[in-house]
Amino acid sequence: MSTAPATAAFATPPRRRIPGFAALFLRKPVAVGALVVLVLLVLAAVAAPLVAPYDPIVQDTSATRQGPSLAHLLGTDVLGRDLLSRIIWGARDSLGGVALAVVVMLAIAVPVGVTAAYVGGRVDRVIMSIVDVVMSVPNIIMTLAALAIFNNSMTAAMITVGVLASAAFSRIFRSAVLATRRELFVSAATVMGLRPLQIMVRHALPHAGGVVLVQASLFAAATLGIQTGLAFLSFGPPPPAPTWGGMVADASKVLATHPWMFIPTGGVIAIATLALGLLGDGIRDANAERFTAPTRVRGLEQNRAAVDEVVPAAEEPLLAVRDLTIGFGDRGALTVVDSVSFDIAPGEVVGLVGESGSGKTVTALALLGLLGGSGRVTGGSIRFDGRELAGDRKAFAEVRGSGIAYVSQEPMTALDPTVRVGAQLIEAVRHHDGCSRAVARRRALELLEAVRIREPERVLRSYPHEISGGMAQRVVIARALAGRPRLLIADEPTTALDVTVQAEVLALLRSVQRDTGMAIVFVTHDWGVVAETCERALVMYAGQLVESAGIDDLISRPRHPYTRALLASDPHGARRGELLPTIGGTVPSPADWPVGCRFAARCPLAVDACRRAPIALVDLGAERTSRCIRIDALVAEEKGATA
Amino acid sequence: MLALVLRRAVMSIVLVVVSTLAIFVLMSFVPGDPALTILGENATPEALERLREQLGLNRPLHEQYAEWLFGALRGDLGTSIFSGEPVAKLVWLRLGVTVSLMVGSTLVIAVVGIALGLLSAVREGWTGRLLDAVSLVGFALPGFWIGIVLVAMFAVAVRIFPATGYIPPTVSPGGWLASLVLPVTALSIAGITIVAKQMRDSARDALSRDYVRVLRATGIPERRILLLHVLRNAAVPTTTLLGLTAVSALSGAVFIENVFVPPGLGALVTSATLRHDLPIVLGVGVVFAIIVIVINLLVDIAYGVLNPKARVAR
Repeated sequence: MSTAPATAAFATPPRRRIPGFAALFLRKPVAVGALVVLVLLVLAAVAAPLVAPYDPIVQDTSATRQGPSLAHLLGTDVLGRDLLSRIIWGARDSLGGVALAVVVMLAIAVPVGVTAAYVGGRVDRVIMSIVDVVMSVPNIIMTLAALAIFNNSMTAAMITVGVLASAAFSRIFRSAVLATRRELFVSAATVMGLRPLQIMVRHALPHAGGVVLVQASLFAAATLGIQTGLAFLSFGPPPPAPTWGGMVADASKVLATHPWMFIPTGGVIAIATLALGLLGDGIRDANAERFTAPTRVRGLEQNRAAVDEVVPAAEEPLLAVRDLTIGFGDRGALTVVDSVSFDIAPGEVVGLVGESGSGKTVTALALLGLLGGSGRVTGGSIRFDGRELAGDRKAFAEVRGSGIAYVSQEPMTALDPTVRVGAQLIEAVRHHDGCSRAVARRRALELLEAVRIREPERVLRSYPHEISGGMAQRVVIARALAGRPRLLIADEPTTALDVTVQAEVLALLRSVQRDTGMAIVFVTHDWGVVAETCERALVMYAGQLVESAGIDDLISRPRHPYTRALLASDPHGARRGELLPTIGGTVPSPADWPVGCRFAARCPLAVDACRRAPIALVDLGAERTSRCIRIDALVAEEKGATA
Repeated sequence: MLALVLRRAVMSIVLVVVSTLAIFVLMSFVPGDPALTILGENATPEALERLREQLGLNRPLHEQYAEWLFGALRGDLGTSIFSGEPVAKLVWLRLGVTVSLMVGSTLVIAVVGIALGLLSAVREGWTGRLLDAVSLVGFALPGFWIGIVLVAMFAVAVRIFPATGYIPPTVSPGGWLASLVLPVTALSIAGITIVAKQMRDSARDALSRDYVRVLRATGIPERRILLLHVLRNAAVPTTTLLGLTAVSALSGAVFIENVFVPPGLGALVTSATLRHDLPIVLGVGVVFAIIVIVINLLVDIAYGVLNPKARVAR
């Protein structure tokens, strides 16, 4: 669970054969144990005359109210009847009643649910309306009415329970079948010309079967509670017939003086209920695993590259990152960002560029102390304004919002959907300024005006879903500005927006940067954004910084083959009619990082030396660095191309 | 919102009609003579005839039902076969007890369940494992069994709360609360574990959302994120579940009232069932149906308040 983000983002799970349902179920010891307990209970009930040591209704006045002994394993009751024998015989009433209710429920709910799902349209609507009504009927009263009418017949009560419950379960089975309808193989069967009924019986039913089994066992557990409860209230077979609920009632009468009797009588109900519930859980898990094979993060030791040289910055840096190393998984065993170092000067606008899986977003989140899931900083330092943040939760909490702010990629999910825009802005303003609501509201309006929202009053009153994506991103930016940050980390702030809105939001961020003098780190894969807004860019590949340079130098004269390939594949620079070049292959996942240059497998210039040992960052002068030993070849090709 | 209330009202009428009609239809299926079933083999022919007349068994089913329904609309739920008292009066006298139990246990389930769920969502480890263990116990043990243990503990060992009985709030508000503590506890345990587990899942889901990350990045304190944003977002599914637990508390009250013997509707309907006193069963059925309707309506309204999208969509 906690390792999911790491695998999703960085590792491709190995394909493997998914075992069948039975095999998956048998791997669950708890569920198998529950099944064994249930089978034993049922067998004991069926074979009661053979296994019960005593007659359940024969009284032995010489042995009343006994605790457990060899003669009476579970003791005896007030009339000297053997409790174990009564429990075994009583299982017929309780388990038989539950089985009846389950059969009735399934006999109605499965056909009704499947029909509603498959026929659809008006039939579905009519069935679902009836289901809605029946679901609201007070079940307990109907069950009691059945008992009143049918002379305390537990059979009548259990049939009623089954009939009434079938409404809710029809609804569940309907959704289960609807879900399987969307599966590919059902549409394939339709294309092959199978009739709907054939599809239903041959394909959808087995697929939804898991859901039916889970629900049947959970319903059985609930019904056992009702059945024993009714017997406890002295419905059903009259005394001296043994029933589980009736035995609890008998035991409760002498609880103060003979508490033992209460334990086995309640205990058997608890064990049976628990077994049914755990069986249901086991089936559900096994069924779920059939469709999502488990993936495991491999905790490989990483080959650490040689210690990198520091990228120098012109001024006293606002942010200084040194050898930042980030790991995911158990104790950060899987390194995804490897010894990254860079500086950000006050007011500087820097691009952090790379493909998905390069580690750029993880790096950005680490700067805020917000690595999700099992991610953690395993080495290095993050100094903001001279203060060390790495490993210091309190320092991060103080810096977030007021020192370093954040704008995320998807504006529509960046706002709490249940809280008005105004309340979310005012909340941020009040947190940072500690002012009154009225003052905070005024400042919120100013912030909205600062991000050029035309009707700030109306937007303040809106819920996030009532405003457009572009507007939402402006609101997110406005909120990020509430703490007057000196560094803004913008993680692909325009990717989710329409092209026209993209340009507006970029222009807005540029003008806000000019007005406030804050620094911005643009995390992006879009060279257009980098070229338009950044002074400098850092290029990341497979968790490492591979090149950094001023923006003009980087774009016109890349000094790393990866940067060159990334620039060439950018649609902005493409010429009409020419095929857009792409980089062959994919970014290697962190578990598969090679010892040598991580780009070597995709690099046209790679030689044996590239693969042999870790490549260090090389200072090229003029504030440029590159992690490449084939720069000469690169420059030669560049000259050849221009000549 | 108004349209929603109107639609609910129409559905409610349908619901009451359907559930009471079902009981009438069931009565017509009774093998043999219902009067004989009710009064037993030893009844005199006169008594049988009188009961048939009283139940209207000599007339066609639809007439019987129409008469009962129009009576019910005027607030006349018939009279008890056993005691001859008007059902409406019997029900009215006992309504407060059952509603106290139901509302009390729903409040306890909401407060304790949500708090436990939220706590175990942020604290991995022993809080979560404890919740899992308690859930298993709450799931496995029937409420009436837990109730009996509570009675035994408090009637014998420590006498902080009255083990059985009921004190109306008009007599003593403090005594009323004290008399509710044990039955409400027995009624709430299963619900608390269900709500806590659901709350834990919903809160974990909310915590993994983008907006929480951005709120953290904005510097909003963790406590506020949890108690305002996460709680509010997790409240939407939890409200639906609380409606369901309120309804099942109503069923649970039928069993629990036979353990703690407060004079509520559950105790009334149980004894009426044992005596085949169908007018009372029908009358309590109508009241239960109305309570369920009110609960569903409250859930819908709460859902609309908590989920701004639902408000627009409806």
